[in-house]
Amino acid sequence: MRVILYIINKEFRQIFRNKGMLPIIFILPLLQLVILSNAATYEINNISFGYVDNDHTHTSRALIDKFRASTFFDVSQVFPHPKESDLAMLQGEVDVVLTIPEHFERDLWKDKNIDLGVTINAIDGAAAGVENVYITQIIKTFNKNLSVDMVQLSNNTVRPVLIEGIPLFWYNKTLNYKTFMVPGILVLLVTMITLFLSGMNIVREKEIGTLEQINVTPIKKHHFIIGKLFPFWVIGMGLLTIGLVLAKLIFATPMLGSLALMYFYTSIYILVILGMGLFISNFTDTQQQAMFIAWFFVVIFILMSGLFTPIESMPKWAQFLTEFNPIKYFVEIMRMVMLKGSGLTDILPQLVKTTLYAVIMNAMAVWSYKKIS
Amino acid sequence: MKEETVIKVEGLTKVFGDFTAVNKISFHVRKGEIFGFLGANGAGKTTAMKMLIGISAPSSGSANVAGFDVYTQTEDIKKSIGYMSQKFALYDDLTVKENIRFFGGIYGLSKNRISQKSNLLIEELGLEKVAHSLVGSLPLGWKQKIAFSVSLLHDPKIVFLDEPTGGVDPITRRQFWEMIYKAANNGTTIFVTTHYMDEAEYCDRVSIMVDGNIEALDTPKNLKTHFGSDSMNDVFLKLARS
Repeated sequence: MRVILYIINKEFRQIFRNKGMLPIIFILPLLQLVILSNAATYEINNISFGYVDNDHTHTSRALIDKFRASTFFDVSQVFPHPKESDLAMLQGEVDVVLTIPEHFERDLWKDKNIDLGVTINAIDGAAAGVENVYITQIIKTFNKNLSVDMVQLSNNTVRPVLIEGIPLFWYNKTLNYKTFMVPGILVLLVTMITLFLSGMNIVREKEIGTLEQINVTPIKKHHFIIGKLFPFWVIGMGLLTIGLVLAKLIFATPMLGSLALMYFYTSIYILVILGMGLFISNFTDTQQQAMFIAWFFVVIFILMSGLFTPIESMPKWAQFLTEFNPIKYFVEIMRMVMLKGSGLTDILPQLVKTTLYAVIMNAMAVWSYKKIS
Repeated sequence: MKEETVIKVEGLTKVFGDFTAVNKISFHVRKGEIFGFLGANGAGKTTAMKMLIGISAPSSGSANVAGFDVYTQTEDIKKSIGYMSQKFALYDDLTVKENIRFFGGIYGLSKNRISQKSNLLIEELGLEKVAHSLVGSLPLGWKQKIAFSVSLLHDPKIVFLDEPTGGVDPITRRQFWEMIYKAANNGTTIFVTTHYMDEAEYCDRVSIMVDGNIEALDTPKNLKTHFGSDSMNDVFLKLARS
């Protein structure tokens, strides 16, 4: 036990003495939180919008004004002819082109079906989908108002029935993407920093030759590993704390659940990541190799965590793979506890899986650390 | 007086794939002896030493260090030996005192013992002024002397030195060997590899390894007589070329 204290003491001294490393550990992650939480949003604004008006009537101009009034669209281009609009789309000047057919107003009054031409640049499929929803909504509202106008004009006693769904958004009432993203980004920075630090730490001692010196001492493997990993565990918990405070101060992210539960889960989660880092450093000879391998896993884990894209929309085999992704569990727990106020029983499945993961990962790390080659 | 044997090696072999790095070497080292382990680069010295200090498993043969078996009792061996490698192995980003405390700590020395040893070591090496400086800022010769002293912290029976004087000036080398003599006089067995043939002359006995085999093993004086040379340098060249 005393041996562990000597190692912890040494590690902390080395970490806090490394002037180049300190800002990387504490400042960069927080910048990440502030920048990414603002930038990683699904909201699409400033869509450059162009139109071809073949009708030139009061109604067609009213429709275009609807788009102009929307904050999402930037109505900048008028094309006299579809050829020009196609060219502009090709050159990337517009993302959405609305084509209003001839006799638009007249056919509307005649109650005919009218096809409006909508062309969307769908290179980014997700964005195109969102744009499509915006456009449909604007046209729908326009259509509805128009029919109300027509009803009033014709003095018809039978009013057309307008059915409208009123969505209720639970847990994130204002559909604020920051509320959704901040807990996730917090997961990222806790994970990345602890994984990289632990992954590079032992391999660094291999590089400078001190690991050989350690291996010649009668130190017990688990003493050495606990002493090595504990400081990074503390740093991980510290990062979570700073991150939560910032989330509250800057983004006013709600914390509906128990803070203690959050910390309890994180304390186990970090063990998974540290075990993983150690496992990586046992199989690499240089910090460079360790870094590349850690990156490889981090990128896969992040993209398959449900942080940016919903896991439900992944193919079945990919959904199965996410079961082995610790980040997925942490993202789920963070969002559940912070935004839904979930309690211990709600997060039990994730908690059990993470604990199991931690046990297996660290057993593998201790097993793969060999004092004898 | 019956001399105590602290290292017993019989037919020790290490094979990497189809390359035999150490080929059935056998020798004994007596307590308090300064045993020089010589050989050209790549002759297998370091590989052999790594098996003796318990960080590399032998392929075959047997060896017993400080009364413990190199196959089954490596952790017991590690309690009884000190080691200083050619790669400088103190922490550059810790001070002299912090290094001493760390290594004392992981060898399980008590707090009092560590501070006592630490003061003694600093006084003996005249390091009062740099005790709180980072080791990385010290000249190589000083680092080597500190590393040697640190390897003796837990009063090991045997100290293994792997090219301890590589890259240091003649004066420092001289001082280093004085430290080695002092440790040997206190009953510590010294097992040292070196490239400097003048250092070989300081050893009680030397073995010379060529291509994984021990080609000669005797006192420097007997070796010179046997090979009809007037220096160890000559002996080494004759062996290494043949």
